Amino acid sequence: MSQIRPLFKREFLGYFRSPVAYVFLVSFLVISVSLAFSRYGNFFKNGTASLESYFIFFPWLFMFIVPAVGMRLWSEEKRAGTIELLFTLPITTLEAVLGKFLAGWAFLTLATLLSFPMALTVGFLGQPDWGVMAATYLGAILMAGAYLGICALTSALTKNQVISFVLSLAACAVFVFLGLSSFTTTLESILPVSVADMVSNFSFVTHFEAFTKGIIDPKDVIFFLSLMGFTLFLNVVALER
Amino acid sequence: MIEVTGLVKTYGTKRAVDDISFKVNRGEILGFLGPNGAGKSTTMKMLTGFIRPDAGTATIGGIDVTVDPVAVKRQLGYLPESAPAYPEMTVEEFLCFIAEVRGFRTAAAKRERVEHVLGLTHLNSVRSQTIETLSKGYKQRVGFAQALIHNPPALILDEPTDGLDPNQKNEVRTLIKNMAAEKAVILSTHILEEVDAICTRVIIIARGRVVADETPAALRARQPGARLDEIFRTLTA
Repeated sequence: MSQIRPLFKREFLGYFRSPVAYVFLVSFLVISVSLAFSRYGNFFKNGTASLESYFIFFPWLFMFIVPAVGMRLWSEEKRAGTIELLFTLPITTLEAVLGKFLAGWAFLTLATLLSFPMALTVGFLGQPDWGVMAATYLGAILMAGAYLGICALTSALTKNQVISFVLSLAACAVFVFLGLSSFTTTLESILPVSVADMVSNFSFVTHFEAFTKGIIDPKDVIFFLSLMGFTLFLNVVALER
Repeated sequence: MIEVTGLVKTYGTKRAVDDISFKVNRGEILGFLGPNGAGKSTTMKMLTGFIRPDAGTATIGGIDVTVDPVAVKRQLGYLPESAPAYPEMTVEEFLCFIAEVRGFRTAAAKRERVEHVLGLTHLNSVRSQTIETLSKGYKQRVGFAQALIHNPPALILDEPTDGLDPNQKNEVRTLIKNMAAEKAVILSTHILEEVDAICTRVIIIARGRVVADETPAALRARQPGARLDEIFRTLTA
């Protein structure tokens, strides 16, 4: 497992060796902040000292933005042929998968944490509940990991980055839409309520919402962690096949 | 050092490698020859543990590739065909990364290894250039440097002189020759002069099968007076 460190380092710094990191971080912050200030977010109009109107868009934003980070993880290695180099180094597939995933996750965590001026603004203007805010950040980071797990997996399936992006987007969208009320009502009309309930339980939106209210429910934490574990397991299987 | 028995690999209905067996000892440089698509690269990929053979075994230093691939990879230096490397990294960053994965963790040990291979492959002048800006010859040398960084007892080189100019070719050959004394080396090529220049033994494969396994002199003796490429053509036709 000590082999994870150099792989992590290479992958994480790799984002900054090309313009990818800067383009990504800037557009992520611009989009997320402008959504919060937009008439859909009502950051000021709400008159509450919280970041709820900032984080409310995160499940949607991540749906587009995490595939952009995840699509290159394996597709790029396959296209450039460096995968042959990587897998003839003395590492196991699991170490490679974890090294890459953790690097991508750390990058997304960095992107999320770079919104700290928003938190400072709220702190300057009022008395926010810092506990709720910390829980929200935790939730966002966990959710980012779950999205990334899916994207890493789809990226391992193809050497074409466009296909990888579209597949990731589609897969992530499923996990977002499962939680929409209009979708669940349709589902309930076809399936028994208990089954529909179970399906909508897989939605990122519902699991993330609890965090934004300051509730760290072990159920939600375990949901995101187990989804990561499962997708990473499939990732190893997909690469070893 | 390297031992291959009954290796088979099938892609769909095409048998790319069909029951190949051979042995390479320390101090030997084995030239792996054959027309394009004969199964050279596939055999090498199976030896390095990158792809799984359908049947047969390959052992390096007595360790079976399919049983303990990581242990085999530790003893192996491998230059894949067309020398892939991370294009956005500089030569130095890339070699440092490889050194680190190869187990040189302290800054001093890493530095020592990287400096050593940079000197060996004459890469000092481009060390802080990103790999994507390098010419084919330099890229090939980066791939070569990467394979040598941990001074492996077994070296597998897939077309090491491909894309190099005659001077560079000569340089790489000298390099291989100089370190071959304590290593087992396999190199694939379709340049026949290379065989005469450095190889101590030749294996010719055609359609996934070994058609000749002998010294360059014995190969020449098959058709006295004929040129190597004529002998090659008769064997692989």
